[in-house]
Amino acid sequence: MSTHQLTERPSRSMLFDGLARYIPIGATVALLLALYGGGVANYPKFDSPQVIAKLFIDNAPLLVIAVGMTFVILSGGIDLSVGSVMAFATMACAWLTVDAGISAPLAVALVLAFGTAWGLLIGAVIHYFDVQPFIATLVGLFLFRGLTLQISDTDVSMRDVEFFQWGMVHAVDVGEIRDGGFWLPNLSFVAFAVVIVAFTVLHYTRFGRGVYAVGGSESSALLMGLPVARTKIGVYAVSGFCAALAGVLAAFATKSANPLANVGAELDAIAAVVIGGTLLTGGAGFVLGTVAGVMVWGMLNTLIAFQGNLSSWWARIAMGVLLLAFILLQRVLARSGEKRRT
Amino acid sequence: MSDDPIVQMTGIRKDFTGVRALDGVDFTLRPGEIHAVMGENGAGKSTLIKVLTGVHAPDAGRIRLDGRPVGFHGPAAAQAAGISTVYQEVNLTDNLSVAENLFAGREPRRGPFIDFRAMRRKAKALLDDIGLDLNVAAPLSSYSIAMQQLVAIARAIDVEAKVLILDEPTSSLDRDEVEVLLGVMRRLAAQGTAMVFISHFLDQVYEICDRMTVLRNGRLVGEWATADLPENELIGHMLGREAAELEQIERTVAGHRVADEAPLASAAGLGRKGSIAPYDLDVHRGEVVGLAGLLGSGRTETVRLIAGADRADSGELRLDGAKASGHNPRTAAARGIAFCPENRKTEGLVGDLTVGENMILAMQAARGWARSVPAARRDRLVAEFIEKLDIRPADPDMPVKNLSGGNQQKVLLARWMLVEPRLLILDEPTRGIDVGAKADIQRLVAELSGEGMAVLFVSAELDEVTRLSDRIAVLRDRELIAVLESESERTVEHIVDTIVAGGRHE
Ligand SMILES: Nc1ncnc2c1ncn2[C@@H]1O[C@H](COP(=O)(O)OP(=O)(O)OP(=O)(O)O)[C@@H](O)[C@H]1O
Ligand SMILES: [Mg+2]
Repeated sequence: MSTHQLTERPSRSMLFDGLARYIPIGATVALLLALYGGGVANYPKFDSPQVIAKLFIDNAPLLVIAVGMTFVILSGGIDLSVGSVMAFATMACAWLTVDAGISAPLAVALVLAFGTAWGLLIGAVIHYFDVQPFIATLVGLFLFRGLTLQISDTDVSMRDVEFFQWGMVHAVDVGEIRDGGFWLPNLSFVAFAVVIVAFTVLHYTRFGRGVYAVGGSESSALLMGLPVARTKIGVYAVSGFCAALAGVLAAFATKSANPLANVGAELDAIAAVVIGGTLLTGGAGFVLGTVAGVMVWGMLNTLIAFQGNLSSWWARIAMGVLLLAFILLQRVLARSGEKRRT
Repeated sequence: MSDDPIVQMTGIRKDFTGVRALDGVDFTLRPGEIHAVMGENGAGKSTLIKVLTGVHAPDAGRIRLDGRPVGFHGPAAAQAAGISTVYQEVNLTDNLSVAENLFAGREPRRGPFIDFRAMRRKAKALLDDIGLDLNVAAPLSSYSIAMQQLVAIARAIDVEAKVLILDEPTSSLDRDEVEVLLGVMRRLAAQGTAMVFISHFLDQVYEICDRMTVLRNGRLVGEWATADLPENELIGHMLGREAAELEQIERTVAGHRVADEAPLASAAGLGRKGSIAPYDLDVHRGEVVGLAGLLGSGRTETVRLIAGADRADSGELRLDGAKASGHNPRTAAARGIAFCPENRKTEGLVGDLTVGENMILAMQAARGWARSVPAARRDRLVAEFIEKLDIRPADPDMPVKNLSGGNQQKVLLARWMLVEPRLLILDEPTRGIDVGAKADIQRLVAELSGEGMAVLFVSAELDEVTRLSDRIAVLRDRELIAVLESESERTVEHIVDTIVAGGRHE
């Protein structure tokens, strides 16, 4: 209709705006390369491909809960219950197969369904009763740790070991490790699948974009007519499912349930998500960044293992320092972003 | 009109804690009409819209849509029923791209997946239609408020709604954009869309609306056909006082400049690449310098350099003749410069703090956090400015987020006037403010400059600039092209001519 063109205010320093989004994840990748380079330079055999592969074996459960956590944090929330839910899921697998005598596949299905249902419930509490996510999910942290210990305060082995063996079956096996080969088990591929699905959902579906919108501004999203309730409850369901799946992966990995496993895993996951470049305030970040964040965590542990004479707590100390650095980096970027717009 | 109403609200009451925002209000909207809801700041216009669209549940009253009783429990439900709304504050998510904001919730899909290509194409077409050329893949945050407002409007008009509600859509737009918007509205009206239009620009209301409903203090004053209600009567209904009182306020104020004094602030070749070309500008004590120009001409950018909000990469700024080095918002404040930015949502108010606390923020910051402002003095100042600016409700302890849009703007203004700066920079201070309050603010600016304060005044409304300013800097395409000094030059026509001519000699 109108023939005349309105003055367009050029979007200032757009290139920078576009790139600024990638600075945190760029920093994470650079850090990862530096850690790896440092390892290769200092330790023989660090360049074996199996060192990388092992990151995805040891940290597959962490990767899965961190992916779920990414959804929650992107939406502007937090989920402190994942470590406990994960331990509970592992213990439930053991209890259902050993005491209840249920077949292992069914037990796994029940556990996954339960994790999702728990997420839905807590999400509904957060949304409809306007409870702080921090508090609501803290309930889960205590509740499920308690329940887990209630089922058993000692390690329990899985029944139906044959089924649980599947997790560590080599899915790929390339040459001998000695000759520069590597192998990866099925459970790593489960984690990869979770990442791929999460990436697709976050970037290419309405639900995923809704997560970003709600994280950007919940009140705006509401006024825009977006399904805010569904989105907010959905992210906790995703996180609950991921926590339960991580518990199942742990069952696959160890074939036993330890009631005190994964204490503090929720914090590791949050740290990995933040180091992966996702803003704690929500609305900005990438699930692939989370993968990088988990790899940083794994790489630190690997370095300490190679060093041999350091306690594993050093990994946590290093993680703390990195976390601080990344949070500061995000603040600085956010500030310069605010300054640049009018 | 004899058509059956499309929306009928009867006896609507809405109470917020301590405030009755709406009391027995009736509102009727007929197909194909453009209906203005008029009233002062805080009259209840936005609340009426929010009750209609399910943001707030009414405490009493009935709503009918197409004759059927409805009670939406959220904007999504209202949208699904064919009511599309642009709320007063630009409500988009600026972390997402322009295209995503336009189509959020209704993205074109291929199977379960969003078809980003189709979305960008449709976004481009939609913006083209209203004559807007943006990079639709860029994050919305990289565009100005005006552009964001246009994007919000484009989003709302694209859904082919039965009812389109626009709550102060033009508050940050310039003439051209307003013309385009009005054109779009006419086209929609011809297609039978009913529209609700809220604006404090009376000329726009008279140009476009068929009918108006006037509210005052949450009560219905009446409904008129536009043709039957002359402007002064409308103002009388809105304010409950005679329009003649206003005329008297709107007298020209000029000529406070203290003669022969060295300038308080003097910019020489001050500029910033990609933002504003180097310019010279002096501001004297007791003088109001207006900045006029179209949207995107660099008005805001010009004052941001003087305010220290952006760093200049050429030229120098002198304050009291001394070079101001290391100019940033903090040092600027220390040097007696106060800057009231245009975007109150992201740069201004803290919604959860009270009116009084928000007002005192800048003053407190200027004193340093260790020395608190004595309570008695604080209360006195807050009360004084609440009265001067007629902030309603006149309750210093009300959280600012509960105030109407216009009253929030007044709180922000008070914050900067309160610090008693030597140079006060106001960027679009009267945005979203009603006719009565606008006059109050203009009078206050005149009063402050009369007391010796220098004022830099940015406004898209040329009459306001001409009425208030001693000198007017005219900008075009991010360049300061003229400073109009003499009385005969300081007219709207002359400014427009200057802008047009400024383009020719390039
Ligand atoms: N969420 C809320 N809580 C408490 N009071 C509110 C809330 N929203 C609005 N009010 C009050 O209701 C009254 C009407 O506000 P409303 O926003 O409808 O005014 P308005 O006519 O749109 O004014 P403006 O022209 O300034 O936008 C005001 O007194 C305001 O303070
Ligand atoms: Mg309003």
